[in-house]
Amino acid sequence: MLIAIFADIHANRQAFSACLAQARDYGAKRNVLLGDYVGYGADPEWTVTTVMDLVEKGAMAVRGNHDSAVDNLREQLNVEAQVAIEWTRGELGSAERQFLEQLPLTLNDDDRLYVHADASSPKSWRYITNVDDAARSMWATSAQITFCGHVHRPALYTMSATGKITAFMPVIGSAIQLISRPGRQWLAVLGSVGQPRDGNPAASYVMLDTERRALTFCRAPYDAEEAAARIRNKGLPNWLADRLLVGK
Amino acid sequence: MVKPFLELGAIIDGFRIEECIHQGGMATLWRVSRVGTTMPMLMKVPKIAEGEDPAAIVGFEMEQMILPRLSGVHVPKFVAAGDFAVQPYIVMECIPGKTLFQRLPELPLPYAEVADIGLKIASALDDVHRQHVIHLDVKPSNIMFRPTGDAVLLDFGLSHHDQLPDLVQEEFRLPFGTAPYMSPEQLLNIRNDPRSDLFALGALLYFFSTGVRPFGQSETMYGMRRRLWRDPAPPRRLKSDYPAWLQEIVLRCIEIEPAWRYPTAAQLAFELSHPGQVKLTKRSERLKQDPLTTVLRRRFNKDLTRSITVPAMARQISSAPIVAVAVDLAEGSPPLNDALRVMAERILATLPSARLACLNVLKLGRVTIDFTLDEEGHNKRIDRLVALKHWAEPLKLENNRLTAHVLEAVDPANAIVKFAQANHVDHIVIGARQNSLLRNLLGSVSAKVAAEATCTVTVVRPARTGETGQS
Repeated sequence: MLIAIFADIHANRQAFSACLAQARDYGAKRNVLLGDYVGYGADPEWTVTTVMDLVEKGAMAVRGNHDSAVDNLREQLNVEAQVAIEWTRGELGSAERQFLEQLPLTLNDDDRLYVHADASSPKSWRYITNVDDAARSMWATSAQITFCGHVHRPALYTMSATGKITAFMPVIGSAIQLISRPGRQWLAVLGSVGQPRDGNPAASYVMLDTERRALTFCRAPYDAEEAAARIRNKGLPNWLADRLLVGK
Repeated sequence: MVKPFLELGAIIDGFRIEECIHQGGMATLWRVSRVGTTMPMLMKVPKIAEGEDPAAIVGFEMEQMILPRLSGVHVPKFVAAGDFAVQPYIVMECIPGKTLFQRLPELPLPYAEVADIGLKIASALDDVHRQHVIHLDVKPSNIMFRPTGDAVLLDFGLSHHDQLPDLVQEEFRLPFGTAPYMSPEQLLNIRNDPRSDLFALGALLYFFSTGVRPFGQSETMYGMRRRLWRDPAPPRRLKSDYPAWLQEIVLRCIEIEPAWRYPTAAQLAFELSHPGQVKLTKRSERLKQDPLTTVLRRRFNKDLTRSITVPAMARQISSAPIVAVAVDLAEGSPPLNDALRVMAERILATLPSARLACLNVLKLGRVTIDFTLDEEGHNKRIDRLVALKHWAEPLKLENNRLTAHVLEAVDPANAIVKFAQANHVDHIVIGARQNSLLRNLLGSVSAKVAAEATCTVTVVRPARTGETGQS
């Protein structure tokens, strides 16, 4: 079965629509959502209702730190994120806020674990940016493959039976077979759908072929000008609009 | 836990175990069969009992990731892989015959045969390099030949794939490979330079042509590291009749600096198939090893032990293409030949490692043997070669980037296409004859080349003038 997995949508309607359409064309039969549906972008309501609709149809979804921050004033965010989340609070109705609040922090499916950030302490929202972070996360789970987001830059880590970790910069569109062997674990850090920060403005997500255990990092180009214009129209910080055009 | 499965006659996932054909340090090879499959197959089963070498496991994982992605005649065809949780294995095509290793008692081989073996291996390396794989363990026991003569590379357990995580790199902080053939950069744990395979091939060619391993067989770290500063004795010192062109090629392959070797396997193959056109540098004349001062400079030069950043493999290969320009000396008008030269110049200006092969076709009569050719054929060829070099002169290319070839053929387009295929040409540049009587009679050579070539073709026309620019 082909699963499409999305992380860090951040209320970017144009980017998320483009990813969903591309994944559907590739034959995705199932969607998994790794959190941070809101924050930064101009369409939180559309995004959350779309996610609610997908979940109703069988998608799996976990909660991210921005989703937590909607109803939890103690959640720490950077300045721009804080401005965006304060605005977002005024955009979401109670049904949407309730939906976000009840989302789990982790989900297991077969030999896979879905989580927004570091799996060793999901509520701490720690970034996975190097092999040490990756090791800590993989030690904490028995799942063979972990999928997370939060970093906004794609990466793939694998740990051998002897505890050696390999970090890898995935090549777009090239399927990687996640070989299954007792003791080997994989950790896929997804790029962001709605706010890529790896220098490529195209929306980022992955496709997993569960039978072949083949993972493909995908990019969907989208109308970033429109997404940026909407951010400016809502009076959100300009940098949140500008960065979409350069993928930073 | 796995032993009970592996007995003669046992059936695993539809594969029947027929015969054990090899018990190696890292894996066991079984001949297997399957109902409905006629291709001979073998099953590779890693040794993963407790206390076994972790290399066997990681190498096997790597091969399991790489082999299914490779295709073509230069690799064994992948058939199936078994789940590690049940019984890990890879089933692949069984290549009949023997590996090059079995020929070691016959060494040294005749020079022409060594060059032929080198050409076949270089062609195979070019093919896998273009599929993003660096073999990193090129040695006689990993090379076989199909009945067609095509070389087949075996064992991708130590290989590096440009688009896959390198499991071997992290697993072994110490370099891993086969001592006599391992490149200096592999000793520094650099695993992403395709020119490492050219070094191994150079060491193999040296060994096969002289009977002596250029870097010995030492497997100690010091013994292996010596090649970082000490060059081997030039083959001509070991064998006085050693051809200069072969020494040039072999010594260039085993240069310590990757950048001093051939930029691509395709360019090495090109040289091996045109020995008469190999540019003979100082390398080809050498009878002595480098002087002690040079060796000491290398030995204590920290630059050599630095980690080198290697450009992405695909970019490295595509920056050193072989470009063939078909120049029509008899029929071609000066404006067209000038336009061809301008185009060649533009292509070469952006690619400093590219090389240019200038082609001209000497047309043979279709039905009868052309007797006039017999009488003056030799002169005609020479005349054409001279004219080709003259055409290329304004490009001011170094000798080692330029070759000239006169092909004799009934069908010029076919000859050009065949030359391009046989010589790993990446790009053909050809002129289109305009409004000529010959073109009307014979059809367009450039159109046929563009349609039938397997590489990029650029068709050049002279700049438009008032007369020709009507449409």
